[in-house]
Amino acid sequence: MPEHILLRHRDIPEIADLDVYLKHDGFTAFEDVVKNQTPEQVIETVKTANLRGRGGAGFPAGVKWSFLTPGVFPRYVVANADESEPGTFKDREIMEGNPYQFLEGIAICSYAAQANTAYIYCRGEFWDLAHELEGKIEALTKRGLLGEGLFDTDYSLMIYVYLGAGAYICGEETALLSSMEGEIGHPRLRPPFPAAEGLFAKPTVINNVETLTNLPPIINQGADWYCSIGTEKSTGPKIFSLSGHVERPGNYELPFGTTFRELIFEHGGGIRDGKAIKGILPAGASAPLLPATDEVLDTPMDYESVPKVGSQLGSASIIVLDETVDIAWMAYKTTSFFKHESCGKCAPCREGTYWMYHILNRFQNGNAAPADIDLLNRVALGIQGKCFCALGEFSITPVVAGIEHFRSDFEALTGDGK
Amino acid sequence: MLVDKYPKEIDRILAKFPPERKRAAALPLLYLAQREYGHVSKEAIREVAGILDVDPTQVGGLVGFYSLLHAKPGGKYRLQVCTDLPCALRGAEEFAEELCDNLRIKMGETTEDGLITVEEVKCLAGCDKAPMFQLQAPDGIHYFENQDLDSAMELIEELRQRGDDA
Repeated sequence: MPEHILLRHRDIPEIADLDVYLKHDGFTAFEDVVKNQTPEQVIETVKTANLRGRGGAGFPAGVKWSFLTPGVFPRYVVANADESEPGTFKDREIMEGNPYQFLEGIAICSYAAQANTAYIYCRGEFWDLAHELEGKIEALTKRGLLGEGLFDTDYSLMIYVYLGAGAYICGEETALLSSMEGEIGHPRLRPPFPAAEGLFAKPTVINNVETLTNLPPIINQGADWYCSIGTEKSTGPKIFSLSGHVERPGNYELPFGTTFRELIFEHGGGIRDGKAIKGILPAGASAPLLPATDEVLDTPMDYESVPKVGSQLGSASIIVLDETVDIAWMAYKTTSFFKHESCGKCAPCREGTYWMYHILNRFQNGNAAPADIDLLNRVALGIQGKCFCALGEFSITPVVAGIEHFRSDFEALTGDGK
Repeated sequence: MLVDKYPKEIDRILAKFPPERKRAAALPLLYLAQREYGHVSKEAIREVAGILDVDPTQVGGLVGFYSLLHAKPGGKYRLQVCTDLPCALRGAEEFAEELCDNLRIKMGETTEDGLITVEEVKCLAGCDKAPMFQLQAPDGIHYFENQDLDSAMELIEELRQRGDDA
């Protein structure tokens, strides 16, 4: 078993203790950049490493940072710890198991962004975790690793934890900003992008927890080392959250480009109770369902390959469905999620998810007519391309792909519609 | 009044944000209010709005929007079971039903003694350890994973024993 780069607590169980983290090169990367490098040099390294955002979009982090409006201060860094995508539980494990590497990542990002204040936006449900993190931040401040005049330079950094209060939409970066400013978590029109007008209308970098946790090893071991892991365009390690009908659900840190087959059948121990695999949701509820064909199973999990078989890698939350799963029920479950989580700002999503839910409910209650399948598809396609943010667009993808690949599951539930 | 009872805690919350951006403290203050009163009453909304210098309707909107804030009183503990797709694939719906039957309530209802409200919630990022739930308690929110009826009932019994000391 190769050593973990992100889930290091699996190799070094006590690494959530500051002394242990410091013994294992902790905060050497942050000290190095503050003492010896310019922010531009850090950004250049991260660009060369091609560190891509692990929250789902896969946008290169270094490029994102270089969009910050020059000369405007203060700037902010926000760590997006609103992990709420069904099937995603990787950020939570990082923050629980290897919190100091995450906090060092925030510190490196803040230095590169020339920000003196950073916030961690934790979903409200992570209450205990958020309080743990506050304790870790205090420990760092006491050691002089956060605070004023770090490493005898004039660089200062404070990190605060902000607790959300239960809303999936707040993982969307502009909705997150609205929420942090004390408003309802509604997404905002872009441009202006957060790099120009973000938190409190100041230039802001927002990155996912896993993205930030990659920074200390990139600084310590270099961009070339980082690029030697993964594929040419999707570099580095990735944490795949594996859930559903597998023998061993859990997080697996593997290089980008690992196939679905290897993840599910080698690491995950295969399908539970000796059943056959039926389908895969590769990005939680937010990307098209894939039928588990040999072609799909042999697809490398990276940002380029998964779209070629008709879906997205997103945050890499792989939900496995065995042969007993009725796809009309699956669509009902994902739609129920989106109906509940729609923020209500735009009509296509607010009304569309409501109507999809009600049609899918008819299938569950035995009241669906054959024509309801095409009606459902029409409603879904009516939502497509019209939503204010990506959440609404995501909501239709399991439904449309479900009908496309498993229409007979829907047909089997239809009667005369009475 | 929150301002009289928790002046230091309120100052500590406000200090996290630029003074001209006080409104950013809305959610932490609403959590404080909920901890104090058990739910966020209209009076609590007015108090928080007063601290933030904003209109109460702006604060009230937040209570309706965010699922961890409750405008109405519930049980002392809200036991919130995730029944989203990944958890449902691992038996969460059956677990939730059994639990409700055992407590002789329907989903969303509160036990007769006012101790437990059982609710269904969306993904809590504990998908590999389903069935799981969070307990929204007066002192915060805690996770309970790899649960079955016995472990959940044991916890409820413990909460019942704890009584008013908690």
